Amino acid sequence: MQADTTVPAPPRRRPRRRAGRAPVALLVPAVLGLVFLVLPLAGLLVRAPWTSLPERLAAPGVLTALGLSIQTATMATALCLVLGVPLAWLLARVEFPGRRVVRALVTVPLVLPPVVGGVALLLVFGRNGILGAWLDSAFGITLPFTTAGVVLAEAFVAMPFLVIAVEGALRGADSRYEEAAATLGAGRWTTFTRVTLPLVAPGVAAGAVLCWARALGEFGATITFAGNFPGRTQTMPLAVYLALETDLQAAIVLSLILLTVSVAILACLRDKWIAGS
Amino acid sequence: MTALDAHLVVERETFRLDVALRVEPGEVVALLGPNGAGKTTALRALAGLRPLTAGHVTLAGTDLDRPARRVWTPVERRRVGVVFQDYLLFPHLTALDNVAFGPRRHGLPKREARAKAADWLARMGLAEYAGRKPRHLSGGQAQRVALARALAVDPALLLLDEPLAALDARTRLDTRTELHTHLGEHSGATLLVTHDPLDALILADRLVIVEDGRVVQEGDAATVTARPRTDYIARLVGLNLFRGKGDGHSVTIGGDFTLAVDDRVSGEAFAAFSPSAVALHPERPEGSARNCWPAVVGSVQHHGDNLRVILDGPVTVAADVTPAAVAQLRLAPGRQVWAAVKATQVRAYPAG
Repeated sequence: MQADTTVPAPPRRRPRRRAGRAPVALLVPAVLGLVFLVLPLAGLLVRAPWTSLPERLAAPGVLTALGLSIQTATMATALCLVLGVPLAWLLARVEFPGRRVVRALVTVPLVLPPVVGGVALLLVFGRNGILGAWLDSAFGITLPFTTAGVVLAEAFVAMPFLVIAVEGALRGADSRYEEAAATLGAGRWTTFTRVTLPLVAPGVAAGAVLCWARALGEFGATITFAGNFPGRTQTMPLAVYLALETDLQAAIVLSLILLTVSVAILACLRDKWIAGS
Repeated sequence: MTALDAHLVVERETFRLDVALRVEPGEVVALLGPNGAGKTTALRALAGLRPLTAGHVTLAGTDLDRPARRVWTPVERRRVGVVFQDYLLFPHLTALDNVAFGPRRHGLPKREARAKAADWLARMGLAEYAGRKPRHLSGGQAQRVALARALAVDPALLLLDEPLAALDARTRLDTRTELHTHLGEHSGATLLVTHDPLDALILADRLVIVEDGRVVQEGDAATVTARPRTDYIARLVGLNLFRGKGDGHSVTIGGDFTLAVDDRVSGEAFAAFSPSAVALHPERPEGSARNCWPAVVGSVQHHGDNLRVILDGPVTVAADVTPAAVAQLRLAPGRQVWAAVKATQVRAYPAG
């Protein structure tokens, strides 16, 4: 038997990036957009009280608020990972009635004003709330106006970012790898931990970074649900808001610190996880 | 005991697969057919990646899927190994960990699973590639890792989905030979799904040919290639095939065209002859060929070292001729020629 001689297909030309200048119609709004984003940050830098910076940094409460912010944002991200990754898996991999509704519900905290979120949390987890009353009487657990409350408020607002990122990554991942794992004797849980999760790790990391950043900047839900107690629930955004009423210079310094820390951490994580994928 | 006994019925909106399969231990069966014939659906049903609509999958005497009795064994509990078309090696694991994945899931401690995996890689001649991630393996190496991974769970049934389709022509040749060796050593049943007749002929002991969801012919390579029963198989094995009415030493095709044959047939019959058995002449030949008819050249294509001429006429026939003959006869589309085939070159066999 002979195989037909086929004429080799002409080599497909790789689309080359077109040389030349970017069109003005795109360039102008792009530069304007960048300026719009960077200008307020520059304003902070320009107006910062550089001479009195050292003693202001050492002022009591500043480092406490910073520490609390990082701590709660990290814990909120951990909580979001534990609950959000399985939720994203459910949305991406399991067909169930009302999936579209559930997907819409997940994104509600994105459009809800955070203050409204805080009120809603109070209604559920507050001392007289639906769950809060039971938690209080059964276990003696109180969530509002505690550090745990801060974590809860931040997680509520930040979780959609994680779920959306991870669901996107799961949809993009080839589910046939999961079939291959099954043929090798892996059940659904093992397949999830050994195959699915490693495959979507970059997406999970990107989602966690977004989630953490959102939690760090959280203000409305936190102040409504957890209050503003220095050392317990007063995170950096709350401290900035408070300082704004009495001492603009202090507010600028606090903002600057928050800015520096978040940019530093985000830059590190991006390099390590996102750029590598 | 038969290793695999299956009657696969899978219904989709516009397609119905209905295929019966039996594979003995140690036997390699090729499921051969054109794209869209339902081969991959059959493989997925056997692996448990797609439930049957009806019928059954029975492996080593145990029902894995029998909708009528509500028997269903999920994929991960079937003793089935699968080599996927594009291998699907886990990109985040090394070759060794890919192969160790199955044994680990079957309860082997990590150390033993890795030792078993190393053993399999060594058998595939890949010992020095154990630490490599799949993206650093060549196509042929990845194919062997995929085979090792499927075999490492000691499957009673090994399924291969187009195992050589993702390889370039040169690697394909070497890998095909190696695959033949490894399949020969596998003591369980092996089912190979392919649309490439060469893979099927070399690797399989028996061919099952499916078209449009049904088995159209099965048998060993010699029988199938000598006596094709559909146009698809005839094309695969490179024969001109006609179905007609046999009457002693002749077969009448389409009412008015009769081929003289050496074999004796009666009733519904096939007549087949090789394109190289067709001789072309500018005038009506005087020679001994008993079959001779005027034809018009339809097309001329490259075919190996020769040229294949498609002839229109009372019947459409492929003829293989040398480039010299093409030049001499000035064969171009539209040219009138005479085609001749000796009766001894035509095989005839009953179609019933």
